[in-house]
Amino acid sequence: MWRNHLTEIVIFTILFLAVSALGFVAARWRRPETLEHLDEWGLGGRSFGGWITWFLLGGDLYTAYTFVAVPALLFGAGAMGFFAVPYTIIIYPMAFLVLVRLWSVSHRHGFVTPADFVRARFGSPTLALVVAITGIVATMPYIALQLVGIEAVLKTMGMTGDSMLARHAPIIIAFAILAGYTYQSGLRAPALIAFVKDILIYIVIAVAVLYIPYKLGGWDKIFGAADAKFAKTPSPTDGTLLNAANQWQYVTLAFGSALALFLYPHSVTAVLASRSRGVIKRNMSALPAYSFLLGLIALLGYMAIAAGIQPMAGATAGTVDSNTVVPLLFEKMFPDWFAGIAFAAVGIGALVPAAIMSIAAANLFTRNIYKEYLRPGATPEQEAKVSKVTSLLVKVGALAFILFLDPQFSIDLQLIGGVVILQTLPAVALGLYTRWFHRGALITGWIAGMAAGFWMLYVTPNAATRHQHFGGSAFALSHLGFDTKVTVYTGFLAVGVNLVVTVLATLVLRAMKTPDGVDATVADDYHVDEGDPRVKDLPEPVTA
Amino acid sequence: MTSPQNEPAPPRSRDDRSPLYWLLLIPVVVPLLVPLFNANDPKLFGLPRFYWLQLAFIIIGVGTTTFVYQMTKRRG
Repeated sequence: MWRNHLTEIVIFTILFLAVSALGFVAARWRRPETLEHLDEWGLGGRSFGGWITWFLLGGDLYTAYTFVAVPALLFGAGAMGFFAVPYTIIIYPMAFLVLVRLWSVSHRHGFVTPADFVRARFGSPTLALVVAITGIVATMPYIALQLVGIEAVLKTMGMTGDSMLARHAPIIIAFAILAGYTYQSGLRAPALIAFVKDILIYIVIAVAVLYIPYKLGGWDKIFGAADAKFAKTPSPTDGTLLNAANQWQYVTLAFGSALALFLYPHSVTAVLASRSRGVIKRNMSALPAYSFLLGLIALLGYMAIAAGIQPMAGATAGTVDSNTVVPLLFEKMFPDWFAGIAFAAVGIGALVPAAIMSIAAANLFTRNIYKEYLRPGATPEQEAKVSKVTSLLVKVGALAFILFLDPQFSIDLQLIGGVVILQTLPAVALGLYTRWFHRGALITGWIAGMAAGFWMLYVTPNAATRHQHFGGSAFALSHLGFDTKVTVYTGFLAVGVNLVVTVLATLVLRAMKTPDGVDATVADDYHVDEGDPRVKDLPEPVTA
Repeated sequence: MTSPQNEPAPPRSRDDRSPLYWLLLIPVVVPLLVPLFNANDPKLFGLPRFYWLQLAFIIIGVGTTTFVYQMTKRRG
């Protein structure tokens, strides 16, 4: 019953409303001449410095869902869930080199989305469309997952009901507010809110990782309880250490997820909003601070085991909602007022990425579908208008996922999303380095990678949710006829298929002398820094 | 175009290459070497090696990227 949680609800509501106000005020922050330009609304004027970018990227990459789902994974499966730590370490050295190239070429040519780049690089609007649709499809369930994060908190506070409306009213209101300020302020809103979110999260986690182990009798007790729990389960793949069957899954999942993360349109949006190459490089050095936080948060899953937390019932009978583990732990261990702050941290933590993701998806639609196919002559002002409206539609769509589908379905979709977005790797990430691939081959490779990925996901069951298909991203190599229990991350294999096909198809298309697109970029574009004029500012080349 | 007078010269070499960038391979490869950390002992503050060592890899990541950034930033 919600009445028992009144203190928590009051604190949660106050903090939530405070950041909402901040979201609306953000339109005036670093005020541009006009917000009616896609560079302003969708990229915050491309002017964010080191600190803002740090908070924005941090809020963008370490989402509320991460805070809820990663500990839930450790709670359920043990060591496997800790993949989030190596994943968020190895990503930055890679991004350090790749993303500055994307920033430079986008700065020069005024690109807003990764698909904009692909279009210019490979001279193929079709390939750009494929990349744009891939980005939108992968992002939608990701937004829905942020709602799963908020819902886990609301559920713990007893805000549930029997009718669909009663159960979902709080989340509909929360999302309406979010939609309102994103519409008005664009990327400035999540950038400003990210400050508050991070401060709250840091306070909560600092307290949690000191106070809870102290109350539970120390880390030895916590790991002892976790070992005891995993020893009792019939599953051979859980435990506080990896085993022969899942260590390749661990490595490939960490590596594949790292490759996927910066292909997501919302990461690209936050990167392009920064002011210079130096800002990005400094951030890639400093962002792992969040990984430390994430590692500590992950351990909350074991603390929940030691504290004897039982997850709440899931949406379908007989299942449990393991995402409620962390909120329930906070509820049990903290006094009411601090639990309220902790819940607000998770809730607000969901708003920042949800806003950035909806902006990124809207930009993709505007730039690579609307402007490309529906209205080629659209002005930046019209682009901004279309993006604003699309960001609303994207949020309604994400909400529909939660209202009408089993939340487990969003989680499955998000899993698919990671595999899907990886298929843009050859065109976007490798495209930053080489123009060797043929545009037709990139499309062929994408199709092959998608087909392989979907097949592998399809044949993977999930014992916990009793789903026959799309049950996880751990693909058992026994499906390929190998006599082994080893599992590997589906996305990793799928992008491998994609690459092989892309290379082969390039060779074939070149041999057949199929015409290739024209590269609108030059080598120099990939190194320019702030202060360099944009292409549109450059004088027209003189033709003889 | 107005040219700022009291700022240092505009970026010279546009080419963003450096042998130091190879150092970035360290924080990419080390966290993926499972045998390094997949064990309980030695423990640190009650945390098995698996957990504290992977958290310690964050320091390698921050250290390497910061070092590479500082050493290469003058070159534009």
